[in-house]
Amino acid sequence: MPGTVQAIERAAAILRTLAGGPGRLGLSEIARTLDLAKGTTHGILRTLQLVGFVEQDRVSGQYQLGGALLHLGTSFLDINELRSRSINWADPLAARSGESVRIGTVLEGRVLVVHHVFRPDDTFQTLDVGALLPLHATALGKVLLAYRAGGPVPELERFTRLTLTDPRALSGALEGVREAGWAAEIEEFLLGQAAVAAPIRGYGGLVVGAIGVSGPVDRLCDSHYRPRPSLVGYVRDAARAISRDLGATR
Amino acid sequence: MSEKYVVAIDQGTTSTRCIVFDRRGQLVSLAQQEHKQHFPRPGWVEHDAMEIWRNVERLAPRVLSRAGIGLGQVAAVGIANQRETTVIWDRRTGVPVGRAIIWQDTRTDALVHALGDARDAGAVSDISGLPLATYFSGPRLRWMLDHTPGLRARAERGEVICGTMETWLIWNLTGRAQHVTDVTNASRTMLLDVRALDWSARALDFFGIPRAMLPEVRASIGAFGTATEGFPGVRIGAALGDQQAALFGQTCFTPGEAKCTYGTGSFLLLNTGAELVRSEHGLLSTVAYQIEGEPAAYALEGSIAITGSLVQWFRDQLELISSAPEIETLARTVADNGGCYIVPAFSGLYAPYWRSEARGVIVGLTSYITKGHLARAVLEATAWQTREVVDAMNTDSGLTLTTLKVDGGMTADHLLMQMITDVLDVPVVRPLAAETVSLGAAYAAGLAVGYWPDLDGLRRNWHTAAQWMPAMDPRLRTTEYANWRRAVERTFDWIQPA
Repeated sequence: MPGTVQAIERAAAILRTLAGGPGRLGLSEIARTLDLAKGTTHGILRTLQLVGFVEQDRVSGQYQLGGALLHLGTSFLDINELRSRSINWADPLAARSGESVRIGTVLEGRVLVVHHVFRPDDTFQTLDVGALLPLHATALGKVLLAYRAGGPVPELERFTRLTLTDPRALSGALEGVREAGWAAEIEEFLLGQAAVAAPIRGYGGLVVGAIGVSGPVDRLCDSHYRPRPSLVGYVRDAARAISRDLGATR
Repeated sequence: MSEKYVVAIDQGTTSTRCIVFDRRGQLVSLAQQEHKQHFPRPGWVEHDAMEIWRNVERLAPRVLSRAGIGLGQVAAVGIANQRETTVIWDRRTGVPVGRAIIWQDTRTDALVHALGDARDAGAVSDISGLPLATYFSGPRLRWMLDHTPGLRARAERGEVICGTMETWLIWNLTGRAQHVTDVTNASRTMLLDVRALDWSARALDFFGIPRAMLPEVRASIGAFGTATEGFPGVRIGAALGDQQAALFGQTCFTPGEAKCTYGTGSFLLLNTGAELVRSEHGLLSTVAYQIEGEPAAYALEGSIAITGSLVQWFRDQLELISSAPEIETLARTVADNGGCYIVPAFSGLYAPYWRSEARGVIVGLTSYITKGHLARAVLEATAWQTREVVDAMNTDSGLTLTTLKVDGGMTADHLLMQMITDVLDVPVVRPLAAETVSLGAAYAAGLAVGYWPDLDGLRRNWHTAAQWMPAMDPRLRTTEYANWRRAVERTFDWIQPA
């Protein structure tokens, strides 16, 4: 049996202490209750605060359970916050790729578009923030599915001849996405259209969204009907830059 | 040959940022450091100029290493800075005399009132293109000279010198070789003859400022020397006030083009070309930019004191949201404002009212109102304040705004952008570079050293990243605007003369 991680045990004990306490508790009280060194306790509290499990009162400096604990089952990153934190990296991706950029998260078994940057050619385009896309037939959706633990498997509706509608084929494709670190969509949702997407990660490596470019197959793909490697590189760079800003790797 | 880049230093109110841009005007890397805000008394706001300079020294190597480039690959550095923030320092030791007094500081209120009654007040307003207000640097310098024993004599002997933040940074970047400012920053002091583009003897006399302490005024785009610190060996090609930099970054080079930057406060600037337009409706006449050897381009400016900072107040003081973008999430929990309006006259109202005695109000409160309605009212306050400035601008310039180019952090808020297009009844467009302040500084610096050939070359880099179209019932727009104006009237005359 593998050994246990002491820091996690201590973190759990701190959370139980806060949950069982009369309200807010000070650092010394927590350290005393658990017979831990103050420095150790402080380090764990700060980490718990960073992930939103613990909150510190600005005036008294005392600690209490954080709001994120109450919403463990739902998305922890506000979609408007995700857009706000991505905007500086989505723009250069559109400029470098010459294609439109979308960022998506999961909402009730579909991809919710939370950010959209126009293709930089100054043609008339309309914002489709708020639009819902199928998870299994889009690059954004396949990234989100690939990194989602469990959850209901969506109904695999057919959009084109190439849409993955066989659960086993889809699960094989998702395994490929996890191995490669990015997903492609080639005429699986719309004829003549292709897309490339990569995961956006938050703290601890948790996937909080996907960013991708989409456009005509003949622009996005090479002569082998595969996404151009340079394009994949741009998408993955942008995803990594946003992830870094969200605290994925410190 | 290795690829070259341009670096922008954006010395802002809450933080300093260094950004590396490529030839397409796209962000390559960014490094940012916040600095401490000092509030020694109500209405007083100060920065430690030395802390800000040390931040620049720290950020310089960081932003280059994040871009994976060396100093040799930097074609030029450009500066955009918070405007009107003023510091005095010892020419010999380089140590500031006290902290920098920032643009939000209202300590010169009484002084400005007294000066308003003095002879020449009208003439100085006309010479500088600005109304007499605590917002500008001139009164601030006078206050420092009045309140620091012995300082005036030292200033007259040239032992202490002064400047706005770009002057302070260039002086430090060039190893204390250059004591210079640019025309856009100088045009915010009330000391500049905004037509002749040099210090006005009459204005200096009016405020009692010794000329010996002032920096030399230069064109915004030209030569500010070569850095020996921070970015050693790199030419400093440009300096612009942050809002003028944003106008430049949005490539508003033609008269009639306008942009609004939504940040802590919001600033709508309209290029009026070689002609200086005097406003009848509380707008400022300011210099947009000047390329060395060419006539200056002017702008009309509508300044709104509190927009993003209202969201910060909602987050930090009311604690109703935990991050600024969540205001949109909260506001979308309701369909309208429920009859509630917030007018954020926290330190009076700027354009088009310029009423320093006004204070903020929340009106229309009933037991029906939820925090969602308040969140809506917060965002609507920014939209309606924009409308008031656009109305004033249309009247003063005789031009009618057909599209509003927007930038700044708040453009990530789609609900707000839709509100703005709805209340203005014109399309709102965001360019493919939200960081237009830094981009403008980079463009200007790159232009100065020939990294970009001309203004047309820059214009070709501008692309639409997003566009919002008006979709509001005109009758609703009319009634809501009337409600907003009634709310504004309720802020007037709150502070009574002592």
